[in-house]
Amino acid sequence: MSHQEISLRRLLCPLPVIRTQDTIKTLQSGDTLTVICTDPGVMHDIPAWCRINGHQVLNTRIESGEYIIEIQVT
Amino acid sequence: MSQQRKAVALISGGLDSMLATKAIMNQGIHVEGINFFTGFCVEGHTHAIRKRDTEKAKRNNSLWVAEQLGIKLHIIDIIEEYKQVLINPKHGYGANMNPCLDCKIFMVNKAKQWMQENGFDFIITGEVIGQRPMSQRKYTMPVIAAESGADDRLLRPLCAQNLPATLPEREGWIDRNQLFGFSGRSRKPQMALAKEFGFSDYAQPAGGCCFLTDESYSLKLVDLWKARGTRDYELDDVMLLKVGRHIRPRPHFKLIVAREDGEAQFMSGYKKEYVSMHCTHHRGPLVLLDGSLNADDIALAGRILARYGQGRDEAQVEVSVRDQQGVEQIISVQPFKIDEIPEDWFI
Repeated sequence: MSHQEISLRRLLCPLPVIRTQDTIKTLQSGDTLTVICTDPGVMHDIPAWCRINGHQVLNTRIESGEYIIEIQVT
Repeated sequence: MSQQRKAVALISGGLDSMLATKAIMNQGIHVEGINFFTGFCVEGHTHAIRKRDTEKAKRNNSLWVAEQLGIKLHIIDIIEEYKQVLINPKHGYGANMNPCLDCKIFMVNKAKQWMQENGFDFIITGEVIGQRPMSQRKYTMPVIAAESGADDRLLRPLCAQNLPATLPEREGWIDRNQLFGFSGRSRKPQMALAKEFGFSDYAQPAGGCCFLTDESYSLKLVDLWKARGTRDYELDDVMLLKVGRHIRPRPHFKLIVAREDGEAQFMSGYKKEYVSMHCTHHRGPLVLLDGSLNADDIALAGRILARYGQGRDEAQVEVSVRDQQGVEQIISVQPFKIDEIPEDWFI
């Protein structure tokens, strides 16, 4: 299992969702992905995308005005 | 046992595609959604750039619809490919810079490619004859089917009974009698069907789902092309046309003046791409300058900026001008009076 982190700073939704989606396509089941964003809308949209596509959100948090979401690929 | 048929639905986030998808799911078809991002899509988060909108729920309607329906949604970035649709639309523009018919043909064609690559059988859309003045008319329906290459694998469940039977209907994958014969601009049939399906919450876009249908936005896009001498754009251009007041005092440069803190915060992310200005001793907006400016131009821009700051009634106001490398100079300007800025400078 691998872990990847991507910066999606400055992108507005739905682009962070698209980049997350496209990155997850390259990962294997069990891999984890951390995305770092600046659009607060990701806190709603990325978990929604994960729910409908069956991936698990492990953690969401806000640090220094940035929105960080950890996802486990299923 | 019969083969499980699969359809891909174009999900805009509005009610019609939601109903069309539900109608087909109810017939036992496996449906997955597809949503295209052109850059011009009207989304809650784009509005959320502006601080005053931040209290509104920040949801992406296409994702929300997919979740309500319990289907997967694939969001596809078509920003680059879409340029040719916008710049050279075969069927022309609508009331503004909206190439709706070409756009629909393009999206159905992309959905057809996705359908073939993923082993799906047909495409569904929420189109209704007569619903939209450019792309959803009786004569455009076969044009979209033919020019997209989807042909009779394109099914419009909400108005199917007004159209020739498609492959899914002829093959018996779908019962045509359970489809609908909606037409015209009335929303009552859709609202009644929503109630029947148990949908009480759905997006009701007032002006369509695309900024290109907006007159003000279209004027700014045309101005951008004219000033640059080329009909081209990047995503950053598309985004910046959505924010601020755009003021062009001279043909070779314009100001983008933030209207409130949310826009200023968003625009501050572009300080490495554009010269920026702000008042040093008074509250006032952030301004980005697009174009090549000499010293006189910068002084003129400073006077315009100062008009929107709290020092507008002062004889002189100090303005910080910062270039893309972060090098700052301070200039002193006389603010324009409120009615001194010519109307035709505003884009």
